Amino acid sequence: MIANFGYGTLVITFVTALYGIGAAVYGVRKKAQEWIDSARLAMLLTWPLLTVTALSLIYLLVTGHYELEFVSSVTSNSMPAYLKVTSLWGGQAGSLVFWSWLMSAFASAVTLRKWSRDREFLPWVIVVALITLAFFLMLVIVYENPFSRLWQLNGGRVVSAMYQPAGSQLYRPPDGQGLNPLLRHPGMVIHPPMLYLGFVSFVIPFAFAIAALVTGRTDDRWIRLTRRWTLVAWLFLSLGLILGGRWAYDVLGWGGYWGWDPVEIAAFMPWLTGTAFLHSVMIQEKRGMLKHWNMVLIILTYALVIFGTFLTRSGVLSSVHAFAQSGIGPWFFAFIGLTFITSMSLLMRRWNELKSEAHMTSLLSREALFLLNNLLFIGILVVCFWGVIFPLISELVTNQKVTVGPPFYERATAPLFAGLLLLMGIAPLAAWRHSTMKTLGRAVWKPLVFSLLVLAAVFATGIRSWGALLGFWLAAFVTSVTLYEFWRGALARRRRSGESLPLALWRLAGRNRRRYGGYVIHIGVVLMAIGVIGIEVFQTETQGTIAEGETLSLGNYAVKYESLATFDVADGRNVARAVVSVFKNGKYVGELHPRRDYFYESQQPMTIPGVRSTWEDDFYVLLVDWQPITSQGATFKIYHNPLVNWLWLGGFVFIFGTMIAAWPDRESELAVEKARRTKYAAAKA
Amino acid sequence: MDELQSATMQPENSEPPAGRGGRVTLFGLKLSPGALVAWIALLALLVVLALGLIRAQEGPVGVGQQAPDFTLQTFDGQTIHKTDLEGKVVLVNFWASWCKPCEAEAADLQAAWRYYQTDGEVVFLGVDYVDTESAALKYINKFNITYPNGPDLGTKISQDYRMSGVPESYIIGRDGVLAHTQIGVFNSVEHIRSVIDPLLEQ
Amino acid sequence: MKQRSHLWLAISLAVFFSLLVVGAALAQDGSPRTPTDDEVNAIAKQLYCPVCENIPLDVCGTQACEQWRGLIREKLAAGWSEARIKQYFVDQFGDRVLATPPARGLNWLVYIIPPVAILAGVFVIYRAFMAWKQPADELDSEQESASREDDDYINRLEEELRSRQP
Repeated sequence: MIANFGYGTLVITFVTALYGIGAAVYGVRKKAQEWIDSARLAMLLTWPLLTVTALSLIYLLVTGHYELEFVSSVTSNSMPAYLKVTSLWGGQAGSLVFWSWLMSAFASAVTLRKWSRDREFLPWVIVVALITLAFFLMLVIVYENPFSRLWQLNGGRVVSAMYQPAGSQLYRPPDGQGLNPLLRHPGMVIHPPMLYLGFVSFVIPFAFAIAALVTGRTDDRWIRLTRRWTLVAWLFLSLGLILGGRWAYDVLGWGGYWGWDPVEIAAFMPWLTGTAFLHSVMIQEKRGMLKHWNMVLIILTYALVIFGTFLTRSGVLSSVHAFAQSGIGPWFFAFIGLTFITSMSLLMRRWNELKSEAHMTSLLSREALFLLNNLLFIGILVVCFWGVIFPLISELVTNQKVTVGPPFYERATAPLFAGLLLLMGIAPLAAWRHSTMKTLGRAVWKPLVFSLLVLAAVFATGIRSWGALLGFWLAAFVTSVTLYEFWRGALARRRRSGESLPLALWRLAGRNRRRYGGYVIHIGVVLMAIGVIGIEVFQTETQGTIAEGETLSLGNYAVKYESLATFDVADGRNVARAVVSVFKNGKYVGELHPRRDYFYESQQPMTIPGVRSTWEDDFYVLLVDWQPITSQGATFKIYHNPLVNWLWLGGFVFIFGTMIAAWPDRESELAVEKARRTKYAAAKA
Repeated sequence: MDELQSATMQPENSEPPAGRGGRVTLFGLKLSPGALVAWIALLALLVVLALGLIRAQEGPVGVGQQAPDFTLQTFDGQTIHKTDLEGKVVLVNFWASWCKPCEAEAADLQAAWRYYQTDGEVVFLGVDYVDTESAALKYINKFNITYPNGPDLGTKISQDYRMSGVPESYIIGRDGVLAHTQIGVFNSVEHIRSVIDPLLEQ
Repeated sequence: MKQRSHLWLAISLAVFFSLLVVGAALAQDGSPRTPTDDEVNAIAKQLYCPVCENIPLDVCGTQACEQWRGLIREKLAAGWSEARIKQYFVDQFGDRVLATPPARGLNWLVYIIPPVAILAGVFVIYRAFMAWKQPADELDSEQESASREDDDYINRLEEELRSRQP
């Protein structure tokens, strides 16, 4: 009954969305405000309706209604309740419902704001949001219906359908198949929702961009309206990516955090263009330039989101991440085609109106460096995109399957990332418009000297890898430049207001959140870079089979196999838990418990490492289950990952910085606006 | 990036921009070179995706089509070409030693082979998919398989047949046309015979 | 005398070159020994599971991957070099076992397109820049100096905010 109810709300939402599209378009054509208001209401209705749908589905998941095909595919009796809730996004059908629910939430939120100054945008934003929503709902209703039930036909065959086929009986399995063991981890609880939040929230800036193109209001207004949305969307996307890396590191047992898997890259690509946009939009605001480019970036970001979703869900690419294949592929393709072609047509129609207001002056000005920043981000995007698409092209043209793996991406993007790090150090010191080698040199020499001292210190510790040396130097350089910027700003403020230095710093950042939040983000990136250099350049590993009492060594570390316990756990798995003692330089430093969990239902094993984490390194011990695990001999794989925890610390700082930058502050925004206008007036005078 | 460039060539008045080399007229639309490049790139991408999607949705080689040629180097050193086998009914079975379900049909296949072997009208071939030679030979010994088996070198044969996973069998009629595809195991010897016997009457 | 030194030279060269040849031959195929897990993993790391997508062979947990690692161990014990083992895998399982496409035929595009695209981007930016750039003297009249501008900006900001306070 609940299933029918949930399905009903799904269909009603779909119809409401279609109505909203029609009403909005009609209202614009006939210049009839009441139709547009009606469309707005339709938009607002979708969210409560979809909440009901989602809640019904969650109820059915938690109460184990295995007669629903989706429920029996992702839950089982032995799963704890919270995991049953999260299994909503553990399968294609449920995750599409979840996606739709998030989209209606965001679209409704944006519809609720005051539209007095931007009336022309509203109908088109509604149209774009509802078309996307309607598309995903159509996929759910027609192809991936989570409320579809299992029926047993006369011949004994079991089929899945929403309504009872003739001569069949409802089939209710006693237990479900359960969620893939790899997904039963706290990281899995948060990582997909964060990613989906990031993906979905990019619809809003896209909708505004399209609205601007359609209505011809191609001035800065659309960017101003969506700046915070874009930053928030970017925040969620960044968080989703970082959490994915952390989850992979904790659970997947290959001692790494990023595998350059096509689906990882599919989520990374919109992040790249999003970051490029966040930088180049500053050029548009300060100097009125790059209007075309910013439009292109926003459209490209959303296009990459949809493209990534298509890749993951259509079966075109095979990947560890990919969902099972279904009939949604061709429809997704049609949607992509429609989105890309429409966006490009609109953009070209309005191309001439996106005129640039100002001119570039110096190659070392901040505008020029931001342009370079964009070039590097797009360069990385090109590498990623090409690496993902090429296997497809190769298979089509030569019938040869090839793998484009980490060595390609790492070698191609390393210089580009290094370039970006360098820019992070130089650009804050470059002035808008006019900057020469002399002025830049004057600004940069102090941080440069400091960073060279740090480089010498690093070199003195014996590190000879030139990649690591370059990386550490860049890290020191960027940190010193960024801290120097904080210092200079706080000093300037103190001179003016007589406040104490800490208070000056606080007020400075508070008044200028975007800039100083951005600087904090840069520091976060630097910390992450330190972690990456540590693990990529200096990671060591070893593997060996040892009996109880024996030791396995790696560098300064040694691992002694103490004991093994094998037991069954209530939620349907068999656990083999080893106890190992860790010695560093001969001294005992602690005990670790690497585990091998074997899930009976899905017949899948999972290895959970025992990790000793310090700021200096991670000592990571895996119980490898390729051979039988006994006290006579168990195989252990040990990784030594220096500096890796700086990666996660950097992640925190990164997110913290983004929150600073995104924190709403009406006062300073108006002041910025007025200051900018006054500056323009002064400049033009 | 080309968009940036043509944008900058604009004078301050409202004349349409003259791109580098002038505009191109296509289907009555005036396009700058940058725009043309962008459209071509987009259409190329869509074509690639469409073809990729079609290929992903495509199943194995269909019944009624000419079965793809192959060359099999068996474990005992023979080389067998599909063209050598014209006029006979050929059963090509894809298997692997690491494939648990394959074991269910191994004995049945061998029994069926014994049945057809004497007449010489039917050829059974085992194609070992992505396997190691030692494990494969162990598997062959375990089930006393006597029909020719060889590795699928470079996964060429399985790719040509668009095989999606082991076990799968492809039955080719006397005329070289694919007569039957068996995705998954054969249930019994009778099952195998029920597929092959009609083809012998051709 | 001269013939004697020539003879010595010829002999030493012959010995030297034969040592090289022997050395090269030995380097190709080492003497057999039981390979450690680490040696197997070092090679397995560079290969990808032929069946499960995008998983390196040293991490893959399936039985099939276990067999392939056993194969590497076998070949290492037989004294095969790393390059020979990798080539064997390519012959058996196709190009996709390698981490990057072998540089031949269409695969050259993988390595060429990114640098070409980036250079194209640099070119475009350069053209844009040249078109955008105004002569330096035209600007000097309306210029404030670089360092002052930042302080000026903060200045104006502070003024504006102060004026809004009651």
